[in-house]
Amino acid sequence: MSRIAACFTRLRAAGRKALIPFVTAGDPHPAVTVPLMHALVEAGADILELGIPFSDPMADGPVIQQACERALLHHTSLRHVLEMVREFRADNDITPVVLMGYLNPVEVMGYEIFARAAAAVGVDGVLTVDLPPEEGSELIACLREHRLDPIFLLAPNSTPARVKKICAAASGFVYYVSLKGVTGAASLDTEAVARKLKEIRAVTDLPIGVGFGIRDGDSAARVAAVADAVVVGSALVSKIGALAGTPDKIPAQAAAVIAEMRRAMDHQSVSGDR
Amino acid sequence: MSKLIDSLPDANGHFGVYGGRFVAETLMEPLEELRLAYEKYRSDPAFLAEFDADLSHYVGRPSPLYFAERWSRDLGGAKLYLKREDLNHTGAHKINNTIGQALLAKRMGKTRIIAETGAGQHGVASATVAARLGLECVVYMGAEDVQRQAANVFRMKLLGARVVPVTSGSKTLKDALNEAMRDWVTNVDHTFYIIGTVAGPHPYPAMVRDFQSIIGREARAQILAIEGKLPDALVACVGGGSNAIGLFYPFLDDESVRMIGVEGGGDGVASGRHAAPLTAGRPGVLHGNRTYLMEDADGQIIETHSISAGLDYPGVGPEHAWLKDLGRAQYVAITDDEALAAFHALTRIEGIIPALESSHALAQAAKLAPTMSEDQIIVVNLSGRGDKDIHTVAAREGITL
Repeated sequence: MSRIAACFTRLRAAGRKALIPFVTAGDPHPAVTVPLMHALVEAGADILELGIPFSDPMADGPVIQQACERALLHHTSLRHVLEMVREFRADNDITPVVLMGYLNPVEVMGYEIFARAAAAVGVDGVLTVDLPPEEGSELIACLREHRLDPIFLLAPNSTPARVKKICAAASGFVYYVSLKGVTGAASLDTEAVARKLKEIRAVTDLPIGVGFGIRDGDSAARVAAVADAVVVGSALVSKIGALAGTPDKIPAQAAAVIAEMRRAMDHQSVSGDR
Repeated sequence: MSKLIDSLPDANGHFGVYGGRFVAETLMEPLEELRLAYEKYRSDPAFLAEFDADLSHYVGRPSPLYFAERWSRDLGGAKLYLKREDLNHTGAHKINNTIGQALLAKRMGKTRIIAETGAGQHGVASATVAARLGLECVVYMGAEDVQRQAANVFRMKLLGARVVPVTSGSKTLKDALNEAMRDWVTNVDHTFYIIGTVAGPHPYPAMVRDFQSIIGREARAQILAIEGKLPDALVACVGGGSNAIGLFYPFLDDESVRMIGVEGGGDGVASGRHAAPLTAGRPGVLHGNRTYLMEDADGQIIETHSISAGLDYPGVGPEHAWLKDLGRAQYVAITDDEALAAFHALTRIEGIIPALESSHALAQAAKLAPTMSEDQIIVVNLSGRGDKDIHTVAAREGITL
């Protein structure tokens, strides 16, 4: 069983939901990333999403754009990101790691070389934001061959036919983008999310992660009530950005953000069981 | 060679391995909605009649095909004809496309127009059609370009558009495009994104080409009427490549007609400071399509350099990438200095001040003409007028206005 599937099986048995923090690799400095990953796991993260910095992050709001810019100041490349995962895996062989980024760095490295290297260092899933399944057959085949889960986005305006097509191409989990817009945008309509998740569950048994608009314990708990996983990006990354001048403080303070969400989600699931 | 016109893109927007639709999921449905609308209206007689009427009465088409007799004699060799897109309303070819897309926006019930712009010509052309149709208009422009093109910024504001300076990344055209995409993804229900060039996700490259191909259709008929034969070569500048594809496309199946696209060579291709992805870049994925890009070894997009803001773009339309690989068109780079020399030559010899973008095409034509005989013909796309560039030229030459 893949690390991602094992993770969701474990959580399901425990009646808990997955908490998935997103951080951009190399932000604000490459030396911060691996200690930060460990701190997030200790604070209650179940899966880690590691962003591959890109010069033109078209689907991201200002918070993650700036994280990319900070990481690129130190020339954090896809190769460095893979090295960070290798280093993380030396001390943690359980927590799944999903790489999230844009296609061009992967395309430049070469799909086969990338997939082989990612599998070798202990990556579990890959989400290329600007690669819909229609354009993705070649990369998907490479990922599958190396037992990596291709993870795709679903959006509020994805038609039923597209939801079906995307779920057929995906494994591990699918990632529902809870609102139209870029990362870090406005607030969240939990009821609309619940309605759409019902539609998605009708066509797939894959766990569903929900991201965009989750910024604190309360919104995390509300999403956890309807989803299998809660993805937290901009709220965490903006905390990291604010501490860019004092990188030593980042692991502990970022962990505090995640710990608060963890508590809220677990409390919610306990009260939900009653 | 098999027939090229109407052969591509395929159903998924591919020109060979180029083009396609590389966007986040939220944009997939809006792009499909746009494709369906465009497929419907591109053969709708009422739509086409309105488009043609606007091109005649609002843009001022057909634009003349002007024989640059003195300049041809001066260079010695082929006869040079200039397709005068600089005489269009708003001063460049950009308006052909914005008229078409705005008419489509209206039919799709969209009330808000957004656009990206580099030099400001596409922004002005978008603000112009938005004013005429009473649509809200927001133009994204790199903060650097806002500084460089103050007159066009004011023009857009006069026309009622809101100009948003983009401060992310390199603060130029590519970043403006990123920001416009972000706006679109957020406001997609009522907003129409008018992309200004033949790049971006399907159906933009094909749609913009179709709207711009009026340039080549007219030029083809005009040269046949004037000279009784087809030209030997077509020359046009290539940033994203909309004026070039507009001229080239109707000639694609005329095998005797050479096509030369001219990229911004900046300080020279060897210097690394240029904007010539077809000449010196390699294929990758950016802004929704696979095409030639300026990128580093890690796949990060690198900053481009050109005296002309309209050519200062790290990608290029996917159809050009395909035409290059196919060998149907050739692509070369012209340096800032060569473009400036051509800018002055045309101004002094023909009394026409060309845009710096178009000056790149003129410089290449000036190299080519003396290698050809006097009974041969070159058609150059004079894609825009140079009024917007006089401050750049003056500053470059140490003159304070």
